[in-house]
Amino acid sequence: MTKKVPISSRKKHKITDFVGGDVSERTTTQRIAALVPNPSPVEVTSGDDFVWTRKDLLGLDQLSPQEIVHILDTAETFREVSTRSIKKVPALRGKVVALLFFEDSTRTRMSFELAASRMSADTLLLTSKGSSISKGETTLDTIKNIEAMGVDVFVIRHGESGAAQMVAKQVTGSVINAGDGSHEHPTQALLDIFTIRQRLGRLAGLKVAIVGDIAHSRVARSNILGLRKLGAEVVVVGPPTLVPNKITAMGCSVSHSLDEVLGEVDAINMLRIQFERFGGGLFPSLAEYSKLFGMTSARLKRCKKDVLIMHPGPINRGVELTSEVADGPNSCILQQVTNGLAVRMAVLYLVSQGKID
Amino acid sequence: MKQILTAEQIDSTLERLYKAVTSQIPEDMPVAVVGIRTRGETIARRIVERLAKDKPKLHVDFGILDITFYRDDLSRKRGAPLVRATEIDFDIDGKWVLLIDDVLHTGRSIRAALDALSDFGRAEIIRLGVLIDRGGHELPIAADFVGKKRSVPTGQRIQIRLKENDDKEGAYIIKEEA
Repeated sequence: MTKKVPISSRKKHKITDFVGGDVSERTTTQRIAALVPNPSPVEVTSGDDFVWTRKDLLGLDQLSPQEIVHILDTAETFREVSTRSIKKVPALRGKVVALLFFEDSTRTRMSFELAASRMSADTLLLTSKGSSISKGETTLDTIKNIEAMGVDVFVIRHGESGAAQMVAKQVTGSVINAGDGSHEHPTQALLDIFTIRQRLGRLAGLKVAIVGDIAHSRVARSNILGLRKLGAEVVVVGPPTLVPNKITAMGCSVSHSLDEVLGEVDAINMLRIQFERFGGGLFPSLAEYSKLFGMTSARLKRCKKDVLIMHPGPINRGVELTSEVADGPNSCILQQVTNGLAVRMAVLYLVSQGKID
Repeated sequence: MKQILTAEQIDSTLERLYKAVTSQIPEDMPVAVVGIRTRGETIARRIVERLAKDKPKLHVDFGILDITFYRDDLSRKRGAPLVRATEIDFDIDGKWVLLIDDVLHTGRSIRAALDALSDFGRAEIIRLGVLIDRGGHELPIAADFVGKKRSVPTGQRIQIRLKENDDKEGAYIIKEEA
């Protein structure tokens, strides 16, 4: 017989951070102390016997550190394919990859498209403009119809958070989240993390700043989750209107001054300022944002010598960073794009090999 | 698990394979030795190291092939273990290429390897060398150089262990899992 517990005495659901314990019961100093990475962070490895078994990639939230490293290591293998004279392997020959972009995207779409074709898969493309989406069909009806044509992998970009997860529950094929609302953008974070590991040789113990509109950024969320799982420290930087204090619950620290963190970080990820958010009065003017949070040569001089300057693109030159910084030796913006291809090839391969229970 | 070759016997088998190879290695063509991951890579490496000693004038390129993406049994059954990179950083066009694997069984790995190799260019000649040919070929593929022939019934498989990969050396027969 089950024992009845009065509601009042039931334990409240507690928010715990990476150190464990209830966050709400800690003082701010304790909370910040808990966020300092452990004194001897250890690089995560996936091990030779590790086998990937997931059929979907919905976010970095669900993944274990070993699974993330397995994707990065597999991407390392696919980098070689792009250096061959015949840049194609038959791993997904005969498979169909549907690219469903309910929200506009150029580089993510092209990157997935090229990744799929390098794996010898056939691709179907759906973009929001001029499709049945604009004729009033529901998302699920659209997807069910496309699935009926025989699709193995769905790559989904959608304006609503949780869209990819909803689709994954409804289809038998694999689902890759290519960005859902302000929730997650796992492949972007994976390519960012891959690039940091490639350039700096490790992740554990590094400190990474993410600068910009943190509140609405799926790129920031996925990056924070992935970097923390692999032992890196994250500080998010931006004006208070764009950086909610609650974000510390994800295990990162917050700063409202870029100048204060410059000297202590190993990589700086400058997020794109989305002009469409201007009307909301979240910051007074572009010029002021750029003055306080833009990366300039003067600011670069105060950083560590081999600091990495990253940007998920597209860049607004002169806003998030100046041209000298974007095209300078510390920038790895184009390398991120190149790596994005390898990471997406790896993800397409892995999910299509993932077990179906 | 039954041991069929001791460390010394592995040595002499490799010696026979090496002799067979050197008897036919061309003097007037660029040579490359490509090993199939993982044990084939080790055997190929040993052959290249000996060639460097015995034929110092001969230029030999060394490559490693991972055939995972070329297999005809890629499926959802097994999940995805880590795939290692193929390392062929030289041009194979016009070369005499020696492909090396540890055990020749169905021939399907070799078919995949030939497909993979052709993505790197057009070799003049491709020859196949294996440590053990165990029979049970399912494709019209045979080895040009064989260290040892040993027929093994279906349902069993030969596992080679080499000190670079497994700490000790030997060949074993193990029952295939159903």
